[in-house]
Amino acid sequence: MKGYLDSKKRQKTDSEKFLPDVVSILDFSRGHIEVVLKQAESMEKMPREKKAQILRNRVVASLFFEPSTRTRLSFETAAQNLGARVVGFADAGVSSTSKGETLSDTIHIVENYADIIVMRHFLEGAARRAAEISKKPVINAGDGANQHPTQTLLDLYTIKKQFGKIDGIKIALLGDLKYGRTVHSLMYALAKFNGVTAYLISPDSLKMPKHIIDDNKSKLRIYETQQIEKYLSEVDVLYVTRIQKERFPDEIEYQKVKNAYIIDNAIVAKAKKGMKIMHPLPRVNEIAPEIDATGAALYFEQAANGIPVREALLSMMKDVRK
Amino acid sequence: MKKEIRINPIRSGTAIDHLQPGAAYKILEVLRLNEYAVTAGMNVESRKMGKKDIIFIEGKELTESEMSKIALIGKGATINTIRNSEIKNKSQLEYPKSVEGIMKCINPKCITNAEKIPTKFSIKTGPLEAKCRYCETRMGEQDIISSIKSD
Repeated sequence: MKGYLDSKKRQKTDSEKFLPDVVSILDFSRGHIEVVLKQAESMEKMPREKKAQILRNRVVASLFFEPSTRTRLSFETAAQNLGARVVGFADAGVSSTSKGETLSDTIHIVENYADIIVMRHFLEGAARRAAEISKKPVINAGDGANQHPTQTLLDLYTIKKQFGKIDGIKIALLGDLKYGRTVHSLMYALAKFNGVTAYLISPDSLKMPKHIIDDNKSKLRIYETQQIEKYLSEVDVLYVTRIQKERFPDEIEYQKVKNAYIIDNAIVAKAKKGMKIMHPLPRVNEIAPEIDATGAALYFEQAANGIPVREALLSMMKDVRK
Repeated sequence: MKKEIRINPIRSGTAIDHLQPGAAYKILEVLRLNEYAVTAGMNVESRKMGKKDIIFIEGKELTESEMSKIALIGKGATINTIRNSEIKNKSQLEYPKSVEGIMKCINPKCITNAEKIPTKFSIKTGPLEAKCRYCETRMGEQDIISSIKSD
């Protein structure tokens, strides 16, 4: 009898066990992250024709209330690669928002048109709200300064692909660690893995917020410094972020810091052999163009990894029942 | 022997006792008790606490939402529900695990400040912290107290 019941009990597929929406990296367990990375890997290997069947006859809504180049193009390309039709807008100015429509109303309309909603919004928490009211799965493509979970997933995928693992990785986060949402999310995501060391390199005024360090210090080995060269001989990945001028109270302070954090061949020469440089892009001058042609540059590949990761997420969200 | 100052008890209503000094003022501000007879004692001597605040509200029993608000301001306080001069219910306030619709998010870019959505916060203690369900902004005790909405 037991055997009969067991055989009747259908095993859940990976996508059925997955989250109903992709809103915040804080919702992800290690298992969730690993499922996405595994699926992204299989997306890269899958023949184009087979891939184009996955979202055939499905509609993906791409709602960009705030302009974005890389993220929007990458999501729309991923959706089209899977055979989906893509509807939506690239700017809130051309949507009903400019006529005063609330986000809730927009979502109630769009959920009847689309099977999956990809959304970027300038208001923080907009993605959680959309996910709460939508019958269809919502993927957050950035909500203000809050979350951009697909960026974090593609960062992790890039590390995994390059080093074959995330456990035990030694990563330096460099630049604006105070306001940079990518490095905040990355800290939480890396803390789900084992034996990761994070070197936090920033000017004093742009240090990683204390609560983020406190939240993750039991899982990550954390070192803070202002000296870029201090730990370079130990680091596997140097994750560079842009330092924004507007974060500084005065121009002199900005100029001082800006020049202290430029990565060029002279810096790379002091680093551990095989160290890779990542950057969420766009960069301004924090990575010298001379790095681009060297083996240390991983940032363009990182951006390219946005496609398989977003294909993976879209393919996993297609059967979500909320 | 020092003579204790007594505040006249109420016949029916609520007594909020054992409040930390300073909490009564904030509670009166958020509860909006304009229509009720209210007596409040501030920095009253207390054997247990040294000094405490206490509030008596005649003719009113607190709603759940009012209790949540007070719980965030006056942890450890005792709520006595009084009917016909008898204490019908006595409970000690504990921090709630989450609160809905009683606080405003301090993040001006939060969706809850742009659209009419009830706010939702998860509450963590030691030290007290509220995290917005939507924008994930964290608020410390001072921000929590100043963002509790008065209805």
